[in-house]
Amino acid sequence: MRKKTWLTWLVMMLAVTLVLAGCGKSKQTAGGGSDKPSTQDTLVYGRGGDSVSLDPATVTDGESLKVTKNIFDTLLDYNDNDTSVKPALATEWTISKDGLTYTFKLRQGVKFHDGTEFNADAVVFNFERWANGNADKFPYYGSMFGGYKQDDSHVIKEVKALDKYTVQFVLKRPQAPFLKNLAMTPFAIASPEAVKKYGDKFGEHPVGTGPFVFKEWKRNERIVLEKNKDYWEKGYPKLNRLIFVSIPDNSARLNALLKGEIDIMEDLNPTDLKQVEGNKEFQIFKRPSMNVAYVGLTATRGPLKNKLVRQALNYAVDKKAIIDAFYAGQAEPAKNPMPPSIPGYNDAIQDYPFDLNKAKELLAKAGYPNGFEIELWAMPVPRPYMPDGQKIAEAIQANFAKIGVKAKIVTYEWATYLDKLAKGEADAFLLGWTGDNGDADNFLYALLDKDSIGSNNYTYFSNDELHKILVEAQTVSDENKRNELYKKAQEIIKEEAPWIPLVHSTPLLAGKANIQGFNPHPTGSDKFTKVEFR
Amino acid sequence: MLSYVVRRVLMVIPVLFGMSLVVFFMIRAIPGNPAQVILGQKATKEAVAALTHKLGLDEPWYVQYVKYIGGLLRGDLGESIRTGAPIAKEIWPYLAATIELSLAAMLIAVIIGVNAGIISAWFQNSWFDYIAMVLALIGVSMPIFWLGLMEQWLFSIQLDWLPTAGREDVRNPIEPITHLYLIDTLLSGNTDQFWQVVQHLVLPSMALATIPMAIIARMTRSSMLEVMKSDYIRTARAKGLSMFWVVYKHSLKNAIIPVLTVIGLQTGLLLGGAILTETIFSWPGIGRYIYDAIGYRDYPVIQSGILIIATIFIFINLIVDLLYAIIDPRIKYN
Repeated sequence: MRKKTWLTWLVMMLAVTLVLAGCGKSKQTAGGGSDKPSTQDTLVYGRGGDSVSLDPATVTDGESLKVTKNIFDTLLDYNDNDTSVKPALATEWTISKDGLTYTFKLRQGVKFHDGTEFNADAVVFNFERWANGNADKFPYYGSMFGGYKQDDSHVIKEVKALDKYTVQFVLKRPQAPFLKNLAMTPFAIASPEAVKKYGDKFGEHPVGTGPFVFKEWKRNERIVLEKNKDYWEKGYPKLNRLIFVSIPDNSARLNALLKGEIDIMEDLNPTDLKQVEGNKEFQIFKRPSMNVAYVGLTATRGPLKNKLVRQALNYAVDKKAIIDAFYAGQAEPAKNPMPPSIPGYNDAIQDYPFDLNKAKELLAKAGYPNGFEIELWAMPVPRPYMPDGQKIAEAIQANFAKIGVKAKIVTYEWATYLDKLAKGEADAFLLGWTGDNGDADNFLYALLDKDSIGSNNYTYFSNDELHKILVEAQTVSDENKRNELYKKAQEIIKEEAPWIPLVHSTPLLAGKANIQGFNPHPTGSDKFTKVEFR
Repeated sequence: MLSYVVRRVLMVIPVLFGMSLVVFFMIRAIPGNPAQVILGQKATKEAVAALTHKLGLDEPWYVQYVKYIGGLLRGDLGESIRTGAPIAKEIWPYLAATIELSLAAMLIAVIIGVNAGIISAWFQNSWFDYIAMVLALIGVSMPIFWLGLMEQWLFSIQLDWLPTAGREDVRNPIEPITHLYLIDTLLSGNTDQFWQVVQHLVLPSMALATIPMAIIARMTRSSMLEVMKSDYIRTARAKGLSMFWVVYKHSLKNAIIPVLTVIGLQTGLLLGGAILTETIFSWPGIGRYIYDAIGYRDYPVIQSGILIIATIFIFINLIVDLLYAIIDPRIKYN
């Protein structure tokens, strides 16, 4: 018996020694160090979650679109650094004077990954598929094009193939952001043959014309894409393989980057910035900001019904201090509900300065000289626009306390949080938004119009004048006139103060120093066509 | 004995039935509409309503429950409402990942925990005893999240010994056969990949083992102290038998029974700790599968996932009970 125990121990010790000895070899991870960079042709991209489906038309989550952006092409694409459009599968286009007919010339000689040919019929097939669907099958199509075939509000009257490489869209009424909408990842052109072949399972077998071909998907672990050797952009893509891995925790993801297990990580905590910046082996990528973080002030609840109170709270928040403390300076204070990069941004608006006396004065005027008590809801999950909801809420709580407003911090698990917000149960709450297509409508109408109450207008703010302007702006096709309308809208919002706009943050990514050609896009979906290792 | 086993196995059925009922209602009591969560913050009201209807979530609760149980009886665990994938088909790789991790963790916890407990008891009030018990106290109260990150920082980044996350090197992936990678890599005879799997296992299983290890050590110690006070041990020691003879031949058999209970319970609890460990080490196991499902209000996945874990838990306890009889022949099952 005694011998046996000792034997067990001995075997265990041996095993441990072997493990540790084996560890010495762990350097062999391909491209782990910077010693053999030129041979590296596989890029591992670390992100926080997994995709839902790889059929971009059926999903709304950013994680899915991030991957499909590289498997599929859209008719038009966004330029590298903003949301202005450039040719992609369509090489040129003409718009009729009345803004109702769009005619696109298509790129010739492009093949889908399954070898079938891309042509005008394929485009018609895709749009027919979406238009004949419904909100639960193709959610983005309905929200961007006013509904589906049977709906009166549906913007697209018909899509027809004029010849093999010419396709024409006829609209029922002008839609200002039409071209921008076409460039959205959900409206990527899929192989009709593959859609017919896989049916409902197309989301697991995506076939497009994009720079990378779908290879493998292990749920919650990784998605592997391989180079499309016949890609229409000659000489591209540079990489042979592109792997998306999910590592949920931001700090653990940073550890994986530092160890060389992944090449790029997204959602770097602003507080970790220093750790990477001082390291020669890595570089920081800054994603141009297309987001806003805000404190919503539910306009139907208690003292917040009063405009003066909402203005007072706006005067009471020290945005600069919040940016320094929680964003490591990687954000700019927000004065409007949309970021400056969006056309129609009203830069003439003067933000409420941090002025406690003015705030107290307004509170007294509103009939609350001694303040009041409210709940302040803190976001339970980190987002690029809100790295730490709890701490930011504490800072705002301290600000409010200085004018006599006692805020009790409340938080719920994320799905519950949104559900309760949608029902209008919060007084003041932290939230944010990342734009989809770089259009003002996607911020102002989606977040503050009375039509959006119950979906994304969580403050229940309802203003008829604003509504009139926002609806008008949806149909005006003259860009300048449209921008004027949005500028006016921002003035109303500033005055009515349903929000305390906090910041427009710069989302941070970190990657190996020898990566080049990677340009994080404001939409959050990046194309890896031109990325390579030096 | 056999009739006892049969009775115990049959008892599992009402327990699982009750479990299914409790889980079914508990997750529906949490606010949050799956359709809303799945479609995201940006979905329109119409889209949410349409999906709610399609998923059958607008039906009365008893219709939903009867449908669910009907499916279960046919061996159908349902479909994930988020991905549409059949759970029965999808769940094994996650379960396998967790089983591999838990077994590794339990192995570490039992071997180190039991032996540390024995040595502490034997040399009661020695420096070893003090240090071990202080460490055990720290171990019990250690947040796994923090421990995991510290392990990564020390063993992966500073010492460069072990990988930080995942089950395998994504640049050199393993071809799954059984989805238990230790076995798969042995089956395919790829020793390099076998070591890769072992290396990936070390940090998460150490993190996961910490709490049960500490509890087992303390339990073993007190149980051993109890036994060692008894007359027959004093006699054995008086006869001049060596420590190991006394401990492993005479004391351990009697001391181990309460420890065994703890081991059984801890193995079940491990599945809870696995959620945190799996998140930090991005281990694609069932803990994370269910955790993600809760975030998305993916009812079928939560229900079926918890039911499977409950089944495993019940059978572990059954095995522990049966082990009593083998270790201590005085225990009879009638």
